[in-house]
Amino acid sequence: MNERMLSIKHLHATVAGKPIIDGLTLSVPAGEVHAIMGPNGAGKSTLAYVLGGRPGYEVTEGSVTFDGRDLLALEPHERAAAGLFLGFQYPVEIPGVSSLQFIRESLNTQRRARGEAELSGAEFIKLARAEAAELGMDAEMLKRPVNVGFSGGEKKRAEMVQMGIMRPRFAVLDETDSGLDIDALRTVGREINRIMRAPDKGVLLITHYQRLLDYVQPDKVHVLSTGKIVRSGGPELALELEREGYAEAAA
Amino acid sequence: MTALPTRKLEAFRYADIDALSSVWEQLAAPRSIQIAAHKKVQQIWLPNGNDIEVRRAEITLEAGAEMSLFALNNARDYGRIELDVTLREGSHFTFNAANIGAGESNLEIVTTVRHDAPSAVSRQVVRSVLGGKAVGSYLGKVAVARDAQQSDGEQSVKAMLLDRGATANCKPELEIYADDVKCAHGATVGELDPNQLFYAMSRGLDPASAKALLLEGFVMGLWDDAEGSDAICEAARAALKVVTA
Ligand SMILES: Nc1ncnc2c1ncn2[C@@H]1O[C@H](COP(=O)(O)OP(=O)(O)OP(=O)(O)O)[C@@H](O)[C@H]1O
Ligand SMILES: [Mg+2]
Repeated sequence: MNERMLSIKHLHATVAGKPIIDGLTLSVPAGEVHAIMGPNGAGKSTLAYVLGGRPGYEVTEGSVTFDGRDLLALEPHERAAAGLFLGFQYPVEIPGVSSLQFIRESLNTQRRARGEAELSGAEFIKLARAEAAELGMDAEMLKRPVNVGFSGGEKKRAEMVQMGIMRPRFAVLDETDSGLDIDALRTVGREINRIMRAPDKGVLLITHYQRLLDYVQPDKVHVLSTGKIVRSGGPELALELEREGYAEAAA
Repeated sequence: MTALPTRKLEAFRYADIDALSSVWEQLAAPRSIQIAAHKKVQQIWLPNGNDIEVRRAEITLEAGAEMSLFALNNARDYGRIELDVTLREGSHFTFNAANIGAGESNLEIVTTVRHDAPSAVSRQVVRSVLGGKAVGSYLGKVAVARDAQQSDGEQSVKAMLLDRGATANCKPELEIYADDVKCAHGATVGELDPNQLFYAMSRGLDPASAKALLLEGFVMGLWDDAEGSDAICEAARAALKVVTA
């Protein structure tokens, strides 16, 4: 097992030529959940996209290793096959492609890349139904085109259904809690624990609110501001931020 | 047999005349399809697999008749679908078709839909996926006669170009002599959405599979309402594999 499952060192990255991540260092050991909080525009989503390998997000300095491997050398789909999952702040709609087909093809491509057997149609449907049920989502919704016509909260829940089916080793979840109603927030919190709490897994949880952290107790909380981590602490830091705001707490 | 057309003729302005000349002598007369009043008919036109395939039909829908035509245009060198459709009172014509071509394919769909009597509806949806140096064209004329009030004609045309050398031509045309009609057309030429591509890749799809899946969504929606669409879906999938290879 890796002491430092995800290790980010002195990372600098630009978006459309504009420097956004500015010397960011952060490590998440296996078995831990780390929360990242920070003001709008701080670079949280940018960090998530850089970790996912989004085209146009260019690393100009620094390194990221995942289980000791150079993550930045991998293509986005190779990162997924290595066990990285990116929960999107704004999940993308894909008309004409059913969620079932999308998730099944994605999962089987990952499995092939890892040298694992593909799931048969029947095995996959069973798994998808079970995971949808855990999230309280009607399995019929998975027959619809990916995220098309879903409400904001339904899209976030659908992301968690995908995560449940894919069983990643490490999840970067970008504001999975925003847009969720009170009950859905509790369900999603419980699901993150169920799917991702394990000695060999890790989570980077980007959020604006303490509420999710009541359900998913973080081992560490980091404050990201203008492209770098300006403070780190235990779960109590999130409470302090909620009480005092970023300006005070980061000072 | 009439003389070989030239590109000076509007309906042949994008045609591959050399390919056409090689089949012109043996070309059968346009199929004549008559749909009797209040009858409902569906047809699915699969490609026959020849390198050059020209399909022509003269279709008449009598009063209250309904026809849904689903077609895949996918000949390796030259594929042409040519329809001349006459709509009588209250009839309903649906045409959903795809041009899928790679290499040097020239694929064209040329339609004339005549709203000859009141209250007929026509719906044409054409999707093109073009790679290599392929050319995909849609020339569609909707003609509404003087007394064909409450005509309703729609044309939706979208093309996806996968390579710099590929070309899409689109020319929807309205010729309206009645005053109470509803006709609309929309046309777009685009590339795959980078947001959708990244989303699919972040879920583990390699770039080629991600593209193929997105294109499948773009095309397969055409046949959602077709009964027994397995064969055309299968053929379209195979064609898409060739274009994205
Ligand atoms: N394509 C782009 N071109 C130029 N600037 C961009 C682009 N994408 C993001 N930025 C800028 O990068 C900065 C960081 O954006 P990012 O989305 O990472 O913030 P965030 O911390 O996730 O904010 P929020 O809490 O609002 O989600 C912002 O100033 C934003 O305007
Ligand atoms: Mg963000």
